[in-house]
Amino acid sequence: MKFQLWIEKHTTQLTAVSAILIVLGYASKYLLNAPLVYTITLAAASIVAGVPIFLHAYQALRVKVISIELLVTIAVIGAFIIGEYNESAIVTFLFLFGNFLEQKTFAKTRQSIKSLTEMAPTSAELVHDDGTIEEVDVDDLDVGDVVQVKTGGSIPVDGEIVDGQGYADEAAVTGESRAVTKNAGDKVFSGTLLSDGYVKIKATKVGDDTTFAKIIELVEDAQDTKSHAEKFIDRFAKYYTPAVLVIALIVGLVSRDFKLAITVLVLGCPGALVIGAPVSNVAGIGNGAKRGILVKGGSSMDTFSKVDTFVFDKTGTLTTGKTALADSKVYGSDANEALQLTAAVEALSDHPLGRALTQAADDAHLDYKALAIENSSTIKGQGITATVAGHTVCAGNHRLLEAHDIQLSAEQAETLSQFQATGSSIVIVAIDAKVAAIYAIADTIREGLKDELAELKKAGAKHLVMLTGDNAQTANYVADQLGIDEVHADLLPQDKVTFVKQFEDEGRTVAFVGDGINDSPSLATADIGIAMGSGTDVAIETSDIVLMQSSFAALDHAYKLAKKTVLNTRENIFISIAVVAFLLLGLIAGFIYMASGMFVHEASILVVIFNAMRLINYGKHDDKKISENVANLTAVNSAK
Amino acid sequence: MSKKITMQLDQLTCPSCLTKIEGAVKQQPGVSNVKVLFNAGKVKADFDDSQTSADQLSDVVTKLGYEVKKVRVKDNE
Repeated sequence: MKFQLWIEKHTTQLTAVSAILIVLGYASKYLLNAPLVYTITLAAASIVAGVPIFLHAYQALRVKVISIELLVTIAVIGAFIIGEYNESAIVTFLFLFGNFLEQKTFAKTRQSIKSLTEMAPTSAELVHDDGTIEEVDVDDLDVGDVVQVKTGGSIPVDGEIVDGQGYADEAAVTGESRAVTKNAGDKVFSGTLLSDGYVKIKATKVGDDTTFAKIIELVEDAQDTKSHAEKFIDRFAKYYTPAVLVIALIVGLVSRDFKLAITVLVLGCPGALVIGAPVSNVAGIGNGAKRGILVKGGSSMDTFSKVDTFVFDKTGTLTTGKTALADSKVYGSDANEALQLTAAVEALSDHPLGRALTQAADDAHLDYKALAIENSSTIKGQGITATVAGHTVCAGNHRLLEAHDIQLSAEQAETLSQFQATGSSIVIVAIDAKVAAIYAIADTIREGLKDELAELKKAGAKHLVMLTGDNAQTANYVADQLGIDEVHADLLPQDKVTFVKQFEDEGRTVAFVGDGINDSPSLATADIGIAMGSGTDVAIETSDIVLMQSSFAALDHAYKLAKKTVLNTRENIFISIAVVAFLLLGLIAGFIYMASGMFVHEASILVVIFNAMRLINYGKHDDKKISENVANLTAVNSAK
Repeated sequence: MSKKITMQLDQLTCPSCLTKIEGAVKQQPGVSNVKVLFNAGKVKADFDDSQTSADQLSDVVTKLGYEVKKVRVKDNE
């Protein structure tokens, strides 16, 4: 056992030793003209490099697996028997050296995930009840424990701040790198960085239950969730390797050419084929993970690339889900003054429309709170009236105006119906019995969304659909603004599911995009469910793709990335098959033997890995900032 | 009692190591749901602690020639 571990640990050195022996061997043959030395050194090289391969072959055989190493082992022993020590030496060396290079390059494709997991803190500073502080392993923390975190430290638990304040960089959980202020009572997440400040946190979730641990687990599982192509290749490889053994045997028996038979063993190694598809997926999923895009595995990647119909939930997805002042028209008085007086009145109520107006006043830095208010009265279903700083202010709907005998002019009535046509809610304000302003308040559409949806179409989406529980007027207005192809309004959650099913029955591949708050059934029904914004646990579980930040730029990237990844997988499969065909032709034409065959194999494996590595940097100039920030975070963490 | 073990290994490079480890761990008594994460280099499995132990399982993997760097055991709910 010790011997085996020693071999595993020193395989790199063994590879180097075998390389030196090979060089010495050839030198002694051509420079010193010493054929005996040549034979001995090459035989030694074969054994040195062969031992790790033999060991692997043996272990696999013990659990009844016919591995590539077994093919190589038999070929090498065969070459030994017929005295082709140079072939056996070069084959074993190339096999080990190839593995070494694969390991190095493969590690690169896994780097994105690794940099994520490295952000996970391993130790924490536990604060005991008596105030003493002890450094403990994060695994030893329990729910309810209090930990302290200082500037630059990473937060070891999900929890609530009980003392202190600071700025946290939550890139690890949201993919969005910016400092968020955290005060006592605020929630913080494990894996995020306290960029400034000092806090004490009471743990609500520890270890594997934290959001960050779940993200890591999801991504790790995703990398190993195979695409259809991969599953097929796996099954194929399972029979392929034993088949090569049988074919070699038949070739040997028929041709009576021992050397040809063992050459077939080496050439038959499945090499690039088994590694080509997984390596593309690993690189693609890693690329997404770095940007807060979690794709749950190769098959999700596959299906997503084929999506032609995107179905969106409106509220909270296409719109921000928060009502805000969308438009306004002011008559006679100064716009700021009108808003200031309106806000003063609306501050008296808790109505959502009122809050949108006070928010607008806050945003414009208007001081309405200091204004003197008298005689305020709220009339249900109409609005509010009050005397503010000596002015009589009425804010409400048309019924409130009628009740006060205030008439809209023709121009104002026109504006009113224009605003109503957008599906907005309306607040009309009269100051001193004259209409002073009309405000349109609506759930605001996300900024820049139109372009991002256009980008999605450019990338290959054929049909964009919006489903909403909202009324038709609002729905149509939003759809017109965004260039949505099909709209269905006044829907219940189960109606949305019905539409998704209907689209699928029409033969479309459907992606449903929602915030995951009440649309989990649709997320689960669609070919691809995409949960936007960190969402709920249920949404993360039922969806196929999770966008940690509510951003359509991320959706665009994910869609293009899926297409690129699938294309990359195909390229790799094509390369591998082409190589096998080339080797076969070469064997028949007689210019490929064992050593050269092994060389072509190992080279093709590196080619597919390098091809996949192009995915890691895909779209990098689009979001250089995000990845740089993540890199910085990682650097800070690993420096500790 | 049913427990869940997670073993962190060095990085795995050959897809056939995966089959090997999975097969060997699965053959242990009281072990179910063996999952080898190739890219993450992790082995996850459920086991019954009256029939086998975490030490035994990590021993099995070590014997195959893979260094077990870290073992975590959790009770299954």
